[in-house]
Formats: sequence, C-alpha cells, structure tokens
Amino acid sequence: MRRYLVRKLITYVLAFFVGVTIDWGIPHLMPGDPIQGLLSKFDLDSASYAALYKSFAQSFGLNVPLWQQYLDFWKGVLTGNMGISISDAPAKVTTLVFGAMPYTLALLVPAVVLSYVVGNRLGAAAARRKLLDNTVLPLGYIFQAIPYPWLALVVPYLLGVVWHVFPTAGAYSETLLPAWNWTFIASLLDHWFLPFLTVFLVSLGGWAIGMRNLVIYELENDASRYLRALGASERVVRRYAYRSASLPQLSGLALQLGVVIGGNIVTEIAFDYPGLGHLIFSAITSQDYFLLQGIFIFIVLAVLVANFVIDLVFITVDPRTRLSMQGAAA
Amino acid sequence: MSALPDTPTVTTVPVAPVTARKRSDFFYYGLRNKKLVFGLGLELLLVLLAIIGPMVAKYGPEAFTGAQLQHPGHTYWLGTDTLGHDIFSELVNGLRESYFVGALGAASASVVGMALGFAAGWRGGILDEVLQMVTNIIVMLPSLVLLVVIGSYLTSRSVLFEGVFIGLTTWPWVARAVRAQTFSLRSREFVEMAKLSGKRPVSIIVFDIAPNMASYLFLVIILLFGSSMLLAASYDFLGLGPTGTVSLGSMMNQAQNEAALLYHEWWWFIPPGAVLTAMVAALLVANVGLDEVFNPKLREQ
Repeated sequence: MRRYLVRKLITYVLAFFVGVTIDWGIPHLMPGDPIQGLLSKFDLDSASYAALYKSFAQSFGLNVPLWQQYLDFWKGVLTGNMGISISDAPAKVTTLVFGAMPYTLALLVPAVVLSYVVGNRLGAAAARRKLLDNTVLPLGYIFQAIPYPWLALVVPYLLGVVWHVFPTAGAYSETLLPAWNWTFIASLLDHWFLPFLTVFLVSLGGWAIGMRNLVIYELENDASRYLRALGASERVVRRYAYRSASLPQLSGLALQLGVVIGGNIVTEIAFDYPGLGHLIFSAITSQDYFLLQGIFIFIVLAVLVANFVIDLVFITVDPRTRLSMQGAAA
Repeated sequence: MSALPDTPTVTTVPVAPVTARKRSDFFYYGLRNKKLVFGLGLELLLVLLAIIGPMVAKYGPEAFTGAQLQHPGHTYWLGTDTLGHDIFSELVNGLRESYFVGALGAASASVVGMALGFAAGWRGGILDEVLQMVTNIIVMLPSLVLLVVIGSYLTSRSVLFEGVFIGLTTWPWVARAVRAQTFSLRSREFVEMAKLSGKRPVSIIVFDIAPNMASYLFLVIILLFGSSMLLAASYDFLGLGPTGTVSLGSMMNQAQNEAALLYHEWWWFIPPGAVLTAMVAALLVANVGLDEVFNPKLREQ
C-alpha cells in the first residue's frame, strides 16, 4: 500500500510539474509576445518603442536567459507570488484568484457531490426494476447527451425568463453591496441556484447509467448468488451490490474532475458568475497574461487536491485498501 | 462540461479468437436489437440531414438574408437571427461540422490511445509504468482551461486543430481500455502460439490481439465520437472553436451574446442543442444495442 501511495504522490508531483511547465511554456511558444501586444495599442515612434520594450522586458523579468525565466517562474509559484495583474493594475494575481475562488467552490462542490450521490442512488434503484428502469434509462441517455451550453441556455430560459422564478445572471443582485446580512445571502442563494442546477443535471445521467450497469453486473456475480443462497433478503443483496459498484464509480469521479473543474468556465460565462472561469475569460479579453498564468496554476492545483481527497475517500470506502495499509504499517 | 465517456463496463473478455465468427450472426442479432435499430436509424437520418441539408438550404451559413429575427415559417424554415442568418442553413452546416470534429477527435484519440495502449499492455515493465504515469497526468490536466489559454494566443483556429486537440486530450480513455485488454490477452494460449511461430510483436498485436478486442474498441470509439462532439460544442460556445465557420456551439454562442434568451428568441438557441442532443443520444443508444449484439451474455435481457 505504501507503494500505492508513493506512486500516487509521484503522479501528483509530476502532474504539477507538467502543469507549471505548460503554463510557463505556452506564452513562450505562441507567436507574438505579451509586450508586443501591449505596446501595439499605442502609437509610438521606433525609438520610444524600443525604450519602452526594454523597460517592460526588464520589469517583467523577460530580459534574462530562458532557463532563468523558467526558474524565476517556479520561484514565484512556490512562494505564492504570481505577480501583479496587468488589467487590474495594483491588485495581486493571488488576491484576484482568492476573491473569485469562493464562487467557483460554492458552485462546484455541492453540484458535483450531489449529482454523484443522487445519480448513483437513482441508477442503483433502477437496476433490474422494470418500471423505474424504463424511465431512468432513457432519461439518463438524454441527459448524458445534452451539450452543457444548451442546458445553460434552456434552463435559465424556462426558469428565469419564461416563468420568472430565478435570476439568470450574476452572483447577487446589482442593487446590493456584498455584506453579511440576510438580504444579501438570500440574493446570493437566489442567483446561485440556476448555475448549480445545470451543473448538477449535466452529470446526473452519466452517474445513473454507470451505476445501473454496474449494479446489474454485481447482482449477477457469485457473491450475490451466495448471499441469496444464504437466505439474505433482496435488500441486503442490493446493499452489498451497491457498495462494490461504488468503487469503479468513485475512480470514475476522480477521472472526471479535470473535465468538471475546467468545464465550470462554461457555467460561469453562461451565467455571468464571477468565479475563476469568469476571471480567466476577462484575463484573456484584457490580455492579462500574468493573471491567466496564475489562474491556470490554481486550477491545476484544485484538480490535484480534489484527486487527493478522492484517494482518501477510497481508503475509507474500500476495506481492501484499508487492510493492506494496516498490513504495511505492521 | 460534456462528460467524457465512462469506459464501458466490460463484462466479458473474448475467450477464443474470433476469426471464425460468422458475419451473418452479427446481422441476425443486430437487426433484432431494438436499441441498435433505433439508435442507428436516428443517427443515419441526422447524417443524411448533414449531407443533404446544406444542398437544400436556400442560404449560405453566413449569408445575410435581409430579414432579421424572423419567426420560423415558410420562407425561413427555422427563422432568422439578429444578424439576419437563416437558422436552418446554419443548423445543417453546424451539423456537418459537428460530425467532422467528432470523427477527427475520435480518430486522433484512437490512434494515439491504441498505439500507447498496445505498447504498454504488450511490453509491460518500465514502459508500462511510464505510459501509465503519462496517462494519469494527462487525465488530470484540465483540458478546457488549457484550450482557453492556448486559444487566447491563436488568432485563427481550424476545424482540424479543434478535432486533433480534443483527440490529444481524450486519448487516455482509449489507452487505458486497450492496455487493460492487451494485458489480459497476451498470456492466452493462442498468443503464446503466435509467439512460438516466430511472428513479430507488431503482427501479433495487429492480427491476433486487436481482432479480439475489436468489438470493445468499437464501443469505446463510438463513445469518444459522441463526447468529442459535446466537447467541441463547449469550446465553440466559449468562442474558442474554429474561426470563420458555423457550428452548433457557435450558434449558441451568438445567441448567448445577443441575449436571445431575454428576447424570447427561442428558435435561435433551441434547435442547435436539441439536434446535438439527438446526435449524441442516438450514438449512446446504438452503443448499448451493439454491446448487446457483441456480448451474448447481455443479450437475453
């Protein structure tokens, strides 16, 4: 088991290394450099252009050899100093990121956890039950097939524009200032609901169908037959089937995290929700490369942390992992 | 957000070489499987629409028809948008592009995933360790964010770029599946026989191992095809799709930018998503049907 954990840890460290390297490398590989982009906005004669270019290159640390720029970048990452936002000038990149992060987390964590739990329960309940299966299965396929952007248009159209139940954009009412009072919190929840609902719905079908198939498979294996032969009730057999089927689903969740966390950009754009995805987009439109790089690092980190959390859950859920760990410690 | 395919649950690994399988068997069970017939039928209809649609459409996808915001009707079958585009013309062209991107994404993911999966499963050892590590890392990198960052530096992007980018971020799904199957097949007697007969590894993989997982691979590729189309829709919706073309995602992007929601211009954003849902759902249903045809164990139910 120690070997398993060490391998996991190496994967995380390497993934972080690759993430940081890509983050650093992309601006260097891409045609045009940020300074040129910045200066092209001004009408400059060539002498002042050269002077400004040199001064910018110096203040951004781009006048040193490439390997040193790379090391400097790492130093910044490790000390949590991601520089200063170009578009929001005096603000530090980290300040902006931490300001946006709560919105993203508040959306993603409940939506991912709830759709996982509800989807799995639905799928398990539907397995080998004619009536329920006939509704869960087709609905599951449809939900699995819905392109997320469409869900993010149709749901607010129906619930927001046609029936006026929920607001369709923003994180809180424009007439309010952020404060910890009930009006503001109510407004936050009101605005949170629709984006949450769409993220919740979009992965529901996949979990339900996956769980249904796994439970059917489990209900027919030898362990289940043995349990039935021992006289266990169908309820007990199902409970055990559900537990075994949870393991592949859990590793499936770990595999999806990168997609889900990245996909949140679409949610935040569609609902004008001021989280990290929204921030990354405004960084692009204002060509704020430092902000862009900073957010990328944070998203990579978030995916790694979430993966680690699932690893820990695995240890508590799977008795085999737990047992072999005790074995390794003894 | 478009979830990637859950790797299909493998219930059986083929026990014997399948060279002897009768082709007629496949059609016998295939035509009697309602899911397969329904899914395939719907998909064929949509493919036909993608082929014929642009020919019967009265306008080019980006042509200005002179009439803005027309409701669906006789002249403009699905209405027009604020920019005066004919929605039907845009839709059928977007359909075509979706299939194109889906095929590109599935093809490039299959090529990379199969090459690495076979290599890792066949050789094992260090190579396997390294490839698995690479796979795990790629899976963890948030590809959408990566595309956002890359896309922000590229001023023009082609359909080819989008398809290949999708393939290059989704191949781990194929690689994992192929590796696991190769692993379990390579110690079978018929593979041992092939080795003894002096065949070279590449030809063993191509002629002895691959055919035995062909049906399974086919299912994975179908799922990839669908998820590539969904991913592309998300990219296009963010305005990161191919430049200078119309796609289902870019139609939704325009509708969003022009606040079609607030003005109740439902004919603008409902059709592209509904059609894409049908395209992917048909694939999923056909996929389950095929699974039942390939897997006698699932058949009786």
